[in-house]
Amino acid sequence: MQTISMAFKAIWGNKARSFLTMLGVIIGVISVTVLVAIGQGTTASVTESISSMGTNLLTVNIQTRRVGFGGRNNRSGGGKGTVILRLDEILALEEDETIDAVSPTVSGSLTVKAGNTNTSASVMGVLPAYQHIINQGVQAGRYIIDADVENRSAVCVIGTELAQTLFGNTNVVGNSVHVNGRKFRIVGVLESKGTSMSGSSDNTIVIPFTLAQRMLESTSITSFYLSAVDSASVDAAQTAVERFLYKKYQNESTYSVMNQTQMLETISETTGTMSLMLGGIAGISLLVGGIGIMNIMLVSVTERTREIGIRKAIGAKRSNILMQFLIEAVVISGLGGVIGLAGGYGLMRVLEQFLDMPLEMSMGVAQLAIGFSMGVGVIFGLYPADKASKLKPIDALHYS
Amino acid sequence: MIRMTGIRKEYRMGDNIVAALDGVDIHIRPQEFVSIIGPSGSGKSTLMNIIGCLDMADEGVYLFDGQEISDYSEDELAAIRNKKIGFVFQQFNLLPKLTARENVELPLVYQGMSAWKRRKRSEEVLERVGLLDRMGHKPTELSGGQQQRVAIARALAANPSLILADEPTGNLDSKTGAEVMRLFHELHEAGNTIVLITHDAGIAAQTPRAIHIHDGRVLEPAGEGEVVI
Repeated sequence: MQTISMAFKAIWGNKARSFLTMLGVIIGVISVTVLVAIGQGTTASVTESISSMGTNLLTVNIQTRRVGFGGRNNRSGGGKGTVILRLDEILALEEDETIDAVSPTVSGSLTVKAGNTNTSASVMGVLPAYQHIINQGVQAGRYIIDADVENRSAVCVIGTELAQTLFGNTNVVGNSVHVNGRKFRIVGVLESKGTSMSGSSDNTIVIPFTLAQRMLESTSITSFYLSAVDSASVDAAQTAVERFLYKKYQNESTYSVMNQTQMLETISETTGTMSLMLGGIAGISLLVGGIGIMNIMLVSVTERTREIGIRKAIGAKRSNILMQFLIEAVVISGLGGVIGLAGGYGLMRVLEQFLDMPLEMSMGVAQLAIGFSMGVGVIFGLYPADKASKLKPIDALHYS
Repeated sequence: MIRMTGIRKEYRMGDNIVAALDGVDIHIRPQEFVSIIGPSGSGKSTLMNIIGCLDMADEGVYLFDGQEISDYSEDELAAIRNKKIGFVFQQFNLLPKLTARENVELPLVYQGMSAWKRRKRSEEVLERVGLLDRMGHKPTELSGGQQQRVAIARALAANPSLILADEPTGNLDSKTGAEVMRLFHELHEAGNTIVLITHDAGIAAQTPRAIHIHDGRVLEPAGEGEVVI
């Protein structure tokens, strides 16, 4: 008890230096808590956006396979030796009783221009069924319809964020934009869905599949989405699609069919790694903070040699001196940890505004950060404290 | 109280070995007030370190309060200093960040005494040195004489067997020095054993007995007939 109040007194007696010493730990704890919260927040919002697409969804990706080293005239990926997947083939999948709807997608990043505003956005070519498959309809105007697909009409449905960027508002139905120099009439505005794993679905522009295929110069379908009739049929639908693809490609490594559960697993694996990495970086800054503590404690031991001598002369044992300095180091780092937590909490509230993502400080991370910072205090306080405790009383008394 | 026989202490200075104490025999009885006097370099500081259990002799026998001080660990020496010896230093050696009372309580803290008992005891001894009204002050807010009285109160706090004073008036003007000496006399009359180390013959003359030390040897007996070789 006595030693703890003594430690506080020593820290308080040297406010500026104590704070600077703590700063390393404070920054370390802030970065740990905030980075982990961002990692978790991202995971949560990605998970949410995936589940908002419904559990019936299946995603199919096909690696364009080339036999040999490809042809000379192979710029579209549709040259000799490539198995071309045609639209009518995949639409035939809808015949399967477990499959509700199918939509191929083709996407690319293209320049979108309205008036004098230029931006790069993800352009997606889809069929009308796509809006039902991923549960994203329009909030104004209409979606792509069959006639648009058949006629390759230059119409588009625009994401809210993109509309904001280009026009400053989302009330843009009837306006037009230029995609890669071609004029498109805006017929609808997409529902806002927030940020997802592949960027924001609000920053996309949706156009008829057939037109997109031509603009992006792709003849073969490389990805498509389909929905099962209900969540119980997802497995059966997946089997049906896989059977179809195997018949077509004779090679399982050419394509991948993922349901939402698998998708979530993949994503959480990725974000887990990301969180771990962020946490690790933050942990390193805590370590650096600990070295700062050790540095200052060593200076402090030298400065207070005489004090140590006096204390020893009047009867302090080695353990008394050791504890005094150790507790001081732990109090500094623990206090830094608490201040860091408060700072991290504050920073999260600020970042929430900017990232538009709810950030939660998890209890586990808070405990870990406090525990870790105090551990840092013990580890890096031990050496200076030991050094102090080993001073000989006569030498220390005559030190000036 | 103190019985030293053939105490020897050597220091290495470069390649030479210098004997700071070269066979010292001293006997100090309980309740005596003794000064140890010698010029600088005479070995009196080394002697004080050994008497005060801050250091141990290389050779010889040192009996303190009936206990032979040899082969003690650092912590055991610390315990003896804590309970049985009260130090008064020339530079006062108070901790600047603690108040007078906290300074006085410090030896009791290391004894593990409860806060309430410490309070009571520190008030007792501060009253004894006449500084009860200044106990909330930090050393820097006190005069030199007051600081030395706080240091004496600290030395008294644990009710030690021996008060060991190293040039206690060395940093004080003659008037406050005389006051401090008067305080030592009062403590002596109250039954405390006091050893005072000084280079000042005037101070040594005020004590009932003076032990002269020169070049690491005790020169001559002084005072009232007690045989000191």
